[in-house]
Amino acid sequence: MVTLLFDGLAYGMLLFVLACGLSVTLGLMNFINLAHGAFAMAGGYITVVLTSRAGVPFLAALPIAFLASAALGLLFERTLYVHMYDKSHLDQVLFSIGLVFMAVAAIDYVMGSQQQFITLPDYLQGRLDIAGAGIGRYRLFIVVLCGVLAALLQWILVSTRFGSRLRAAVDDQRVARGLGINVGAIFALTFAAGSGLAGLGGALGAEILGLDPNFPLKFMIYFLIVVTVGGTSSITGPFLASLLLGIADVAGKYYIPALEPFIIYTLMIVVLILRPQGLFARAR
Amino acid sequence: MSNVNVPHLLLSRHRWRWPEIAFWLAAFACLLMPSKHLILNEIAILALFALSLDLILGYAGIVSLGHAAFLGAGAYIAGLFAIHVNGDPLLGLLAAAAACGVLGFITSFLVLRGSDLTRLMITLGVALLLGEIANRAAWLTGGADGLQGITMGRLLGLFEFDLYGRTSFTYSLVVLFVLFLLARRLIHSPFGHSLTAIRDNPLRAAAVGIPVKRRLIAIYTFAAIYAGIAGALLTQTTQFVGLDVLSFQRSADVMLVVIIGGAGYLYGGLIGALGFKFLQDWLSALTPQYWHFWIGLILVALVLIGRDRPRRLLHSVQKYVTNRWQSLTGSKAAGSSTGGA
Amino acid sequence: MKAKLLSVAAAAAALLATSANAQQTVKVGLSLPMTGQQQSTGVQISSAVKLYMQLHGDTVAGKKIEVIIKDDGAVPDTAKRQVQEMIVNDKVDIVGGFGVTPVALAIGPLATQSKTPAVIMAAGTSIITERSPYFVRTSFTLPQSSVIIAGWAVENNIKKVVTLVSDYAPGADAQASFKGRFTAGGGQVLDELKVPLASPDFAPFLQRAADAKPDAIFVFVPSGQGGTFMKQFTERGLDKTGIKVIGPGDVTDDDLLNGMGDAVIGTVTAHLYSADHQSAANKAFVEAFKKANKGLRPNFMAVGGYDGMHLIYEALKKTNGDTDGDKLIAAMKGMKWESPRGPISIDPETRDIVQNIYIRRVERKNGELYNVEFATFEAVKDPGRAKK
Repeated sequence: MVTLLFDGLAYGMLLFVLACGLSVTLGLMNFINLAHGAFAMAGGYITVVLTSRAGVPFLAALPIAFLASAALGLLFERTLYVHMYDKSHLDQVLFSIGLVFMAVAAIDYVMGSQQQFITLPDYLQGRLDIAGAGIGRYRLFIVVLCGVLAALLQWILVSTRFGSRLRAAVDDQRVARGLGINVGAIFALTFAAGSGLAGLGGALGAEILGLDPNFPLKFMIYFLIVVTVGGTSSITGPFLASLLLGIADVAGKYYIPALEPFIIYTLMIVVLILRPQGLFARAR
Repeated sequence: MSNVNVPHLLLSRHRWRWPEIAFWLAAFACLLMPSKHLILNEIAILALFALSLDLILGYAGIVSLGHAAFLGAGAYIAGLFAIHVNGDPLLGLLAAAAACGVLGFITSFLVLRGSDLTRLMITLGVALLLGEIANRAAWLTGGADGLQGITMGRLLGLFEFDLYGRTSFTYSLVVLFVLFLLARRLIHSPFGHSLTAIRDNPLRAAAVGIPVKRRLIAIYTFAAIYAGIAGALLTQTTQFVGLDVLSFQRSADVMLVVIIGGAGYLYGGLIGALGFKFLQDWLSALTPQYWHFWIGLILVALVLIGRDRPRRLLHSVQKYVTNRWQSLTGSKAAGSSTGGA
Repeated sequence: MKAKLLSVAAAAAALLATSANAQQTVKVGLSLPMTGQQQSTGVQISSAVKLYMQLHGDTVAGKKIEVIIKDDGAVPDTAKRQVQEMIVNDKVDIVGGFGVTPVALAIGPLATQSKTPAVIMAAGTSIITERSPYFVRTSFTLPQSSVIIAGWAVENNIKKVVTLVSDYAPGADAQASFKGRFTAGGGQVLDELKVPLASPDFAPFLQRAADAKPDAIFVFVPSGQGGTFMKQFTERGLDKTGIKVIGPGDVTDDDLLNGMGDAVIGTVTAHLYSADHQSAANKAFVEAFKKANKGLRPNFMAVGGYDGMHLIYEALKKTNGDTDGDKLIAAMKGMKWESPRGPISIDPETRDIVQNIYIRRVERKNGELYNVEFATFEAVKDPGRAKK
């Protein structure tokens, strides 16, 4: 039971790291970036190349995956996305799905279509027995790392100057601009950080979720569920939604495997009908 | 502005203009290209499906990422109807339409509220749920193997569905045309105008006395019927139904088609379907493994250039030709009158 | 020049006096999933087909072979339309490929109606070849390996098993045929788990399986997911609890085996092909395949495609280039040859493949992981059908 809860927790945490960038871009710029998963995939493939071909240790590869995906995000934001903010939602959908198609085919061309694997260092393999419950070391690692990241994000958002500017920009972009906040720069930075986190999530998740060129398409729906159920106005919303989704998914598969997909989708529909702004959105 | 004759203005929009007539003449002229009938059939079905999405997206402002729910339901109903009840294609079409109408009516209550994103996810959720049900109900639907053993009777008791797709394409095209006429009539009616008012500003629409909810339910149901008929056509012309008719891919594709063609002028879905399918067919023949890249590139470029450019271009061509025509005929008239003097 | 051409044509015409259809090229249309989830199947098969033509030339019985490859994305109605177009417009004489069962089933009526031989190079559900007299299969059926591994398990002191299969037709096929043989041999199936095809995480299923405390877990997942499964299996420490992994060879697919790490060593599977199969034909095949595909290892899908092409070539030789559907099918029935996977033949009654099934264990060999064969069941027919 504890093991199960823990598995769900790790899965949920992973989803959070993968999707939180999307939630911020959506909340901040009202931009539907379906290509978010492509940055996660980039992070995953960077890690695979680094660890299996260049011999970089796994732990060293993680920050590199983060930085490289963030740099990629920044590059795309400054050159392409910046032209998209004032366009309609439909344009944004078309644009970002186009990017996904390109990313999928490009990765397929460069890396081949087969599944990729990351070889974990020995100390992350196997499991520990804590109070009679078996806990996978790697899952523990994910929970700790993602937990720290979530706390860090929350701290940045709540207690730093950057964070308060970001929140101001999310709440009311026009007023924020009027107060002299450089919304464009904030957005570029946030976008880069979000892409970087997605890249990190891709690197961490390759072991559990698998990694192949179709990654961005396969997980697009999961990201969107996290973001819509969690709401886009805070970090805690998507965080709680991720955990809920992770645990419900794992527990559902364990206890009632036959009905599991029904549970997730029905849950989502019911939540969205009762709380169209998301389960954890602040009342306005 | 105050002295604009509103009924006259609305009527003039309703009138058929020559590009529309040319479009349909060209569409029916495609019947003369027998080697393309199979893909044209697919295009006609996709066009009908896109038309259905356009009705809710372009005219009522409801974004849906789960429109395949109705396509799939229609496909399965038509398939099951042919197997268990009657092999007549037209009866199957009616059965699918009726069933999808009911389904659309029930689910319409889910999309009345919420932002674009919320509606996107709710519709998606409904489609995924239906897909899962079809997968589990293998005793009825054949599950992942697909529904098999569908044999269609002759169309109108006369035309057999042939290997070359001639009957299929003619059938799909005629159905598309008839339903298009109906949709065109509908959106130019007061009902249609009230929809656009709701799309542009629901609060104001409610304030002037339009029953917003009832209108949205009506158009959503109507669109579901269209999608169901598209699904039924798909089943009847391929005589097979697979689980993928309910897939996310289908919903996403049709959305792309409508966005590419442009929403809210009825022809968007048709033009989008034509462009998208031919592009897809051409690119995937050129490079079967990597054609997604080029499709993606075209989509990105299309957005960066401005999606409405092609439409504006068409529009200006239409204006130009009309003007030339008028000036030509006008000058002729003037010429003859001077000649008479 | 013209005269020479004419004389060649005349000679060919004389040779094919019985044939009504004396064109100079034979077109083969392949419908394969080159994009999407089933992509690796399409890539393996198309590479193998190209390799076969490279090694054996593109002329058979005086006719030039032309192959058209279409991407069907594993979507049945797209596949059906494309195959129909190939038959009607491109005038292909033979079709083939078909990555997944629904695609093959959708093609069935078409093959029958147009009398076009359809060579199944991948899809593995038993019933397919019953659906058209023009279907011939060079891949495998899932019951072939599932029944064999069940028999092996019974003999090797495995009494209690949890089955874990992907929730789609081939999974159900593998599960049912394994269970039938295993329980008949006195084994006990503790739990039957079905994993959603798009499941990202096996953790809860593995936990459930482990909690039932079986001797072994019988696993069938599509080849791409095998690696993820094995990694999570060891991550839970299940390898140390003495629970074995058995199943058809998809879970230790050659294509991916090397990346799975030492976790998979010792896994026992039954399958039709291993890249490590000890024969001269296979060594040459693996080497040529790797060389042509940036070091990619061929898997069981690749041999399906390779043998499919071989069957087409040999049938054309037998009919002397005649492309009449019935004659080609007649020529294919009962054909026997030495494939890279070992000796195989086409069952003249069912047009299905008859092949050896090997029991293999994953071992490290020359620094790479391989499925090393250690027992052989010869000439296995499709047990899924034999039962009915």
